[in-house]
Amino acid sequence: MTNALKLEGIHKRFGDFVALKSIDLSIESGELVCFLGPSGCGKTTLLRIIAGLERQTEGRVIQNGRDVSHAPPAARDYGIVFQSYALFPNLTIDDNVAYGLVNRRKARDEIKSRVAELLAMVGLPNEGRKYPSQLSGGQQQRVALARALATSPHLLLLDEPLSALDAKVRERLRGEVRDLQQRLGVTTIMVTHDQEEALSMSDRVVVMNHGSIEQIGTPSDVYERPETPFVADFLGKVNVLKATALGAGRYRAGSVELELPDDGVAAGELVRIYLRPEDRHVEGDIQSLPNRLCGRITAIDYLGTFCLAEVSCPALGQPIMISYSLNQMHDLGVRAGNEIDLALRVDRVRVFAGHA
Amino acid sequence: MTATVRAPVAAPAATMPTREARLTLAGEAIAARGGLILLAAGLLVFLTVPLAMILARSVEDRAGMFVGLANFATYFASPSVVNSLQNSLTFAVLTTLVTVPLAFGFAYAIQRSCIPLKSLWRNIALIPILAPSLLAAISFIFLFGNQGWLKFVLGWFGLKSIYGMPGMVLAMSFSSFPHALMILLAALALSDARLYEVAEALGTTEWRKFMTITLPGAKYGLVSACMVVFTMAVSEFGVPKVIGGNTAVLAVDIYKQVIGQQNFQIGAVVSLLLLLPAIIAYGIDMLMQRRQQALLTARSVPYQARPARTRDWALLTFVILVSGALLLVVGMAAFGSLVKVWPYNLSLTLNHYTYGFAEAGLEHAYWNSLTLAGWCALLGSAITFTGAYWLEKTRPDQTSGINFLRPLIRFQAMLPMAIPGMVLGIGYILFFNHPQNPANFLYGTMTVLVLSTVIHFYSSSHLTALTALKQIDGEFESVSASLKVPFYKTFWRVTVPVCLPSILDICRYYFVNAMTTISCVVFLYSPKTTPASVSILQLDETGAIGSAAAMATLIVITSAAITGLIFIVERWLIARTQGWRHL
Repeated sequence: MTNALKLEGIHKRFGDFVALKSIDLSIESGELVCFLGPSGCGKTTLLRIIAGLERQTEGRVIQNGRDVSHAPPAARDYGIVFQSYALFPNLTIDDNVAYGLVNRRKARDEIKSRVAELLAMVGLPNEGRKYPSQLSGGQQQRVALARALATSPHLLLLDEPLSALDAKVRERLRGEVRDLQQRLGVTTIMVTHDQEEALSMSDRVVVMNHGSIEQIGTPSDVYERPETPFVADFLGKVNVLKATALGAGRYRAGSVELELPDDGVAAGELVRIYLRPEDRHVEGDIQSLPNRLCGRITAIDYLGTFCLAEVSCPALGQPIMISYSLNQMHDLGVRAGNEIDLALRVDRVRVFAGHA
Repeated sequence: MTATVRAPVAAPAATMPTREARLTLAGEAIAARGGLILLAAGLLVFLTVPLAMILARSVEDRAGMFVGLANFATYFASPSVVNSLQNSLTFAVLTTLVTVPLAFGFAYAIQRSCIPLKSLWRNIALIPILAPSLLAAISFIFLFGNQGWLKFVLGWFGLKSIYGMPGMVLAMSFSSFPHALMILLAALALSDARLYEVAEALGTTEWRKFMTITLPGAKYGLVSACMVVFTMAVSEFGVPKVIGGNTAVLAVDIYKQVIGQQNFQIGAVVSLLLLLPAIIAYGIDMLMQRRQQALLTARSVPYQARPARTRDWALLTFVILVSGALLLVVGMAAFGSLVKVWPYNLSLTLNHYTYGFAEAGLEHAYWNSLTLAGWCALLGSAITFTGAYWLEKTRPDQTSGINFLRPLIRFQAMLPMAIPGMVLGIGYILFFNHPQNPANFLYGTMTVLVLSTVIHFYSSSHLTALTALKQIDGEFESVSASLKVPFYKTFWRVTVPVCLPSILDICRYYFVNAMTTISCVVFLYSPKTTPASVSILQLDETGAIGSAAAMATLIVITSAAITGLIFIVERWLIARTQGWRHL
């Protein structure tokens, strides 16, 4: 089985600036893969290289076993949706969707029925005669999707497709796009800087930073088992505890000794322990659990369904952020100034070498 | 076997591009490269090589031998040089000092006050653009000349005669006024209301707000306006020729050297001299504009003026006075063209239009100008817009190997802005009149007039096209590539319709400028192709000032009519084909 898309050693330089360095990636047929990273990490450049809109400085792009490294965009097989949608403003929705079909010298009836089919598919069956400016942002986005899928490409490229939309519409479209993608089984690459979007939609997430891939994995891989400090830090919130390894999975942070699963870090090594605000026990019989801490809540960041409390632990030597659900907040009396007990859940903690 | 569900995605079978896709690719590559090469070659032959000829000729003697700087030495040794140089600079500086403050006041009244009828004042102020600069010179002769109706006014200012510096400065101020005004209108339009709100919240006086917010905000516009007016005046030829009397200026020197004495070497030397202030002004302007970009943000809130009785009345009076003066100048020329013998016999006649042109053998001049302007509008807008598109919207990988042409084209496209028309004209003579040039048959033809005029006004049109292209979505070409539609089809189906208003704007700009220009074409016409604007000069030289005024009036009317016509066509096209714009 050949990969739907294979990238080998992609490098991209703009003058002295290195935009991408040694990118290797294989994408399976039917997968939805997200390129996730902060702005300037090279994710859009990588997408444009796959599309042939930028030329890589080194490396190969192989699509369905065919080397398209130097093929112009028109000789590749993909549909693309841009952040701006790039709908042609002077053409009707029908004409926009039919744009790529007309060029293939298809019969007029065939084109017409295909356009109707596509518009029905994206949930806009009766809007074909309107112009793009008459549609809402979310509707325009769906038209762009229909246009990209019109020629039945084997690869769909989405460049920040939802970022120009309101939060509510964005959430709804996430589900719709994912649904459609799974129904059609089209291999899809989506670029985004929105971690929720990446985690909720993708089969696999490619986390990028400074032009390199930091980690490739399923959403739960990258969130729960980050392989690098960057990934741990970029996805969700995280507490960084400076600690010293004592050997056999024991660490000292401040004056607290923590027991973690033994990962073979030699005694005396300086480490950073990455701990998410939700990796803690706050209810039940805390006293019987290992890795207990007590502290005082100094501030609360109220976020609706949950809150983040800043807890000062003298024994730890640094404050940590702990999350509470709304119910826990009320049941446990989480308020600034109150003392609380908690135990760290060490099964999801990540340990990285160094104190930098 | 299960029934196949019709899914938009077929099995990954076809891995090679289809025959059709391959044809598209070949077509795209040829189109992308061909367009770029044609544009580069065109600019090279019709702009850069002629200019280079000036440089070459300035260091040759009449026989074509290299003589180093001997021509420069000869020219600078003549006693008249210092005089011409001084006059040219005085003329330019005085014109700038008159025009820019007036234009600033006018622009301030329109953008920052609550005077009524703003669009009327604005349209009146833009009238001089429709007129050849000679119209103002003729008008001022009618008004203040030896038989002038208002000649007595000169005495109040201690002047003896309008001929010379006073007339030159007045006429040039009229011609350059709208150019300065447009820059300043734009400069004063771009102001952040929040700055004024903050100042008000801090209890700042009006005067202090003006000095600390308004003026600094318009600083770059002011510099730009000064540079434009200065450059126009330094390289102006018609006004000093008609109303300059004995005041010699560089631009007229060139004309005398080249046309009068056929002395191309000295002509080339003066051209280079004339190029100097223009290039310095252009350089300063570019430098200032580069700095300005950092100042403005997309989030600025536009300033809205609030009524203020004293200020509004004062500004309205000022605007009425300036508008009245502008109308008086145009009206005087029109009236002068309709009376038998100014100022002795004021009975109305059309003789200057009929008999007057025929007598000087210039009855074809008006048709020549219409032909010239028509071709410039059609050809110029087509070349400029497609050129800008090819430059900005083709991808570097489509034109690999010839991408070095892009910066060269960009530079050459902006070059004409710094080149006075006379200098371009001399370059064309030297290049196309050269006996060894195979294209030498072009000299004196309408073709060369059209090409030189298109090049002369290329930069502004190029900028208009660039602005329009930058405003549309940058990914249209990428989308069509992904849909396997060649970019030139998208150009026709999408880009041209979307940019139609700007394209018509470029058409109008070329037409009006081709109708009114003198400086470049004055070196290139033949008796058969004399344009109307040049014929004014000839009529004036033969003393037929009534007919000169008639021709100038005819040009204004034509320019105005075409401007109106294009406006109507634009409305009609938009209503018919561009319903999407107003949804």
